[in-house]
Amino acid sequence: MIVAQQKPIEDIAQMINDCKKVLFVGCAGCVTVCLAGGDKETQVLASAMRIKRNLENNPLEAITFTCTRQCDPEYIEPLDNLVKDVDAIVSLACGVGVQYLAERFKDKWVVPALDTKFIGGSTVHGSWEEKCGLCGDCILHRTGGICPIIRCSKSILNGPCGGSQYGKCEVSKDVDCAWQLIYDRMKALGKLDKLMEFQPPKDWSKSRDGGPRKAIREDVMID
Amino acid sequence: MKNLSKLQQILDNGQFAVTAEIGPPKHSSAEGIRHHAEMMRDYVDATNITDNQTAIVRLSSIAAGVHVLANGIEPIVQMTCRDRNRIAMQSDLMGAYSLGMRNVLCLSGDHQKFGNHPTAKNVYDIDSMQLIYYLRRMRDEKLFFSGEEIKEHEPQFFIGAVANPFADPFEFRVDRLEKKVEAGAQFIQTQCIFDMERFERFMEMVRERGIDERVHILAGVTPMKSWRAAKYIQNNVSGMIVPDELVERLKNAEDPKREGVDICIEQIKYIKEKVKGVHGVHVMAIAWEEVVPEIVEKSGLYPRPKVG
Repeated sequence: MIVAQQKPIEDIAQMINDCKKVLFVGCAGCVTVCLAGGDKETQVLASAMRIKRNLENNPLEAITFTCTRQCDPEYIEPLDNLVKDVDAIVSLACGVGVQYLAERFKDKWVVPALDTKFIGGSTVHGSWEEKCGLCGDCILHRTGGICPIIRCSKSILNGPCGGSQYGKCEVSKDVDCAWQLIYDRMKALGKLDKLMEFQPPKDWSKSRDGGPRKAIREDVMID
Repeated sequence: MKNLSKLQQILDNGQFAVTAEIGPPKHSSAEGIRHHAEMMRDYVDATNITDNQTAIVRLSSIAAGVHVLANGIEPIVQMTCRDRNRIAMQSDLMGAYSLGMRNVLCLSGDHQKFGNHPTAKNVYDIDSMQLIYYLRRMRDEKLFFSGEEIKEHEPQFFIGAVANPFADPFEFRVDRLEKKVEAGAQFIQTQCIFDMERFERFMEMVRERGIDERVHILAGVTPMKSWRAAKYIQNNVSGMIVPDELVERLKNAEDPKREGVDICIEQIKYIKEKVKGVHGVHVMAIAWEEVVPEIVEKSGLYPRPKVG
């Protein structure tokens, strides 16, 4: 899932400082799972903003709504009636949600309440880790199911680099060396010989370097 | 074979090579580089010009190489994968070749987190293995990295790479070295050796697989100025092992600098005489270039062989 984290309250407040009425829009997708922008967080943020603005003698009318997903046009349609008289919309979705709202409500000031961080999963409650680099050309079958594109700090495909020691990456003792993990797993699988194969350079045109990407499924298209 | 570098000729002749390192300055004057080159000229066969070492912005490796060359030493241009994509790398390396550079050392490069621009966007478009492979192909098959033909004047570099016997996973270090040799590395410079035992184990594995017969291995040595420097490396530099005895020896020394130089000379002599499969030494006197001639001379490696 997409993992996001809420921006500091001060930063969000700054974005809507001159607005009198604001709609806070949550998302029931990924950001709910990572406890950053679900219904609960939306209510709490709206409430915090109201209190803050009251203390500053600059009252704010804050209304809320949580979409099933902000990244699907049908789920943001219900906002049409809510946005009419607001001065701004605060999106508590990933960057996709913010852009969907900005695109649909062209005359509205739409701002992000979250920082979209990465694609990952939870390790223990309250902790998430990055696992996928969205490179568009998966090589996990060659690296023991561990992604060196995103989990190796240098994205080395023929790793490990000289900075790997005691199983940790040179950038931090809190970061596992992806290549140590790959080596250990391939060894356990009896496939170390695979690591001796030369891995050619990545075709980054399938990644963001090829420009914004699209995925088409003609079989499910209606028109 | 007029394109052969002096370093390659010495190594191919089976002579024990000596390389050193010149770190370009954090400014745009070449005065220091020229001074260091002049000083080292008769004592080393070639000198590495580091490429924004530890991710700190410095005068460019290739530009510094021009100054070194003008002062009579053959440069080994360093090229890290951190700062350039494959387009910039090829362009810069062709430029380097046109300026007279004949040796290149391919490295991943330290992560930018350690340098003076920790918020920079890194590149790592290709890795060091891929750089080695495609440079060899560029030279031998006259192809750009993309596979497009180079119609004429392909750069014919003597291709180097690095190996770190002190990083983990240890067993894979020899695999990775072999992979680099398969990719096209012709000479290898190792990380600074402080833990001789581990280096010997590494070389044993290298010899078992006959890798030392397919590539020239230059053992990296570094003179240390103080026990604090040794302790710092021991605690803070990833992928380095500094034995406690070494720290203690420097700590108990009356003249730590002298002791650091003596240790380095001992290491070189030991490596040359006892460790089979090593074809030269690479003296990394980090920010202490002045001491290189003395080390070379007292290690019995002076005068240097003449070639060509």
